[in-house]
Amino acid sequence: MLILHCPYCDVMAEETDLAPGGEAHLRREATASDDAAFRDYLFQRRNPRGVHFERWRHAFGCGKWFHAARCTQTLEVFGTYSAQVSTPPDDILAKIRSRRPDWKGFE
Amino acid sequence: MSDVMIEECPLRGMVSLRGDFASAAFQKALHGVTGLDVPTTRRIVTHKDGSVAWMSPDELLLMMSHDQADAVVSALEDSLSGEHHLAANVSDARACFRIQGWGAHEVLAKGAPVDLAPEVFHPGEIRRTRLGQVAVAFWMTGEDAFELVCFRSVAAFVSDWLQMAARPGSFPDVFNA
Repeated sequence: MLILHCPYCDVMAEETDLAPGGEAHLRREATASDDAAFRDYLFQRRNPRGVHFERWRHAFGCGKWFHAARCTQTLEVFGTYSAQVSTPPDDILAKIRSRRPDWKGFE
Repeated sequence: MSDVMIEECPLRGMVSLRGDFASAAFQKALHGVTGLDVPTTRRIVTHKDGSVAWMSPDELLLMMSHDQADAVVSALEDSLSGEHHLAANVSDARACFRIQGWGAHEVLAKGAPVDLAPEVFHPGEIRRTRLGQVAVAFWMTGEDAFELVCFRSVAAFVSDWLQMAARPGSFPDVFNA
């Protein structure tokens, strides 16, 4: 069972209170982009084994979206943070690096 | 023998108020109709005519007597004109239940993924979560007494669910042991 901290309600929300929103920090391709770029934006996901950045919504709680950084291999949660950012904040990245020294980093 | 009593509350006025909590106009409008400040995260504040509950970072639920709800909405609309906001009378869209008696914590804990231990969950806190499979919000009104709101469309389900969960002899006795 995944338990994430909702940064808006300040509660530990259980997975059944949440709705998943897929990979985080996708950059939307503009209509001027070529087909390959648009295809990648729509369908290509990183899905590495290990550190993932995801979007979650506290669906049964406050209803707000937030971001979570977690490891899909061990289910370790590195932290959750505001949805209003386009890259993970430094404290989350530092936490991941301290826990996963060989992690290649975001992007 | 179970002492938990489940009953539907009489009709209650409920107004959903959304806006920017940090705005002075919003705070003034809320103060004007309730005499209260904006509650902090997950708090529910009760005054003599009703309650104000924190529902999300931009949403409050105001509770008052059923016949006052329209007047509250128009008072809010007046004082918030020009301000980005939403004030809606949702009284008839919601149902409210009272869960009262020894074991009330256990009844809700059967269906909500919330730590309801009496030393953790206190009066003054409201929690929006699910009960079984439907969205609800509940808070304590006293020792072993809860109130719960849900959408009226699922009120019959919630009522049945609560009655079932409060059946005598069915408590896990986690908190009452």
